[in-house]
Amino acid sequence: MKIAIPVDEKSLESNVCVSFGRAPCFLIYDTETKESVFLDNSAAANKGGAGIKAAQIIVDNEAGTLLTPRCGENAANVLKLAGIKIYKTRDISVKKNIDDLSSGRLSLLDEIHPGFHGRGGN
Amino acid sequence: MLSGKGGTGKTLVSVNLAAAAEASTYLDCDVEEPNGYLFFKPENIQEEEVHIRIPKVDGKLCSGCRKCVDFCRFNALAFIKNQLMVFEDICHSCGGCILLCPEKALAEKEKIIGKVQKGASEEVTVYTGILNTGEPSGIPIIKKLLDENKHETEKITFIDCPPGSACIVMESIKGADYCVLVAEPTLFGVHNLDMVYELVRLFKKPFGVVLNKCLGLDGENPSEKFCLEKGIQILGRIPFDHELGKLNSNAEIAVRKSEGYRTIFSSLLETVKREVQHEAASNSKR
Repeated sequence: MKIAIPVDEKSLESNVCVSFGRAPCFLIYDTETKESVFLDNSAAANKGGAGIKAAQIIVDNEAGTLLTPRCGENAANVLKLAGIKIYKTRDISVKKNIDDLSSGRLSLLDEIHPGFHGRGGN
Repeated sequence: MLSGKGGTGKTLVSVNLAAAAEASTYLDCDVEEPNGYLFFKPENIQEEEVHIRIPKVDGKLCSGCRKCVDFCRFNALAFIKNQLMVFEDICHSCGGCILLCPEKALAEKEKIIGKVQKGASEEVTVYTGILNTGEPSGIPIIKKLLDENKHETEKITFIDCPPGSACIVMESIKGADYCVLVAEPTLFGVHNLDMVYELVRLFKKPFGVVLNKCLGLDGENPSEKFCLEKGIQILGRIPFDHELGKLNSNAEIAVRKSEGYRTIFSSLLETVKREVQHEAASNSKR
């Protein structure tokens, strides 16, 4: 299974990024092969709709699960249609969250925020 | 009338200038939260809805080429599980995706984003633009307001702009002959004045400043200092005054309720008219 995580830096030692849509990069981690792939988030600096595009990137890279501290409504709708499960991260460490997921310690993200559309510059 | 932030007195100045001009037009372009109508209380209101065109997908025709998804700079489209998703609230109605689609799988559909109202308050024709909550852009409403009034050449039109200096303000001042910048006597006020000062210069609009909330003769006024340093024309000063504050917070038009304020705004109006004529005359000579 492939897991996607928004990360601050392209390293397994990186922290989980506080934002999903605006994260600088994503880690795609394969739990079977233990392979890590880091992707640039081309949506990070977009004027609007970053969550939608970020979610499209996750879908296109065939992740089945997303670990994130938060997720907006539009991104959640894209991920839902693609059948991707969203779990809430518990820790700032990427590694710890992967371990927590495999040991069943993460719960599904149930708070989907309505987004920040148009705020921070029209 | 424009200013870098809300609450500096754009509506106060526009409403009172329009009322002082008697036969005039007032356009409330602050479509996210119009409030000029609260003062004018216009009668005989006519209302018209404003539509934009957004894409509608025909799933049977879509080949999944994603040209539309890649094109949309607002990311209003996503292609998931062989299905094109359109995020209507994100779409800015540019129509690009419809033009680009090689399969003609995208068509236009109309979406209501707000309305314009027209009414009368004594001799003032009052137009109000109202954008529905959650819509990304009020520009189509402003275009409609300006279009409704485009044949008005006899009477003066007072445009009450949205705050700031973004696209929505640019749209509001595009056709203006003169810009009045309203400023507060604080350092923050100077920062906000500077934003709109840069904007009107970029648009090559003739302009002047109204200093609002002035604290008497010896009161410090950083905005006045800014105007003097930059050689900006000061059109008038409105005092920081209890009577005006009370009238305004009761949604009364000061010009219609107080002789003193009728004099202040009539004299401001004469100054603005003189400036506009002066600009028109010097433009025709160029």
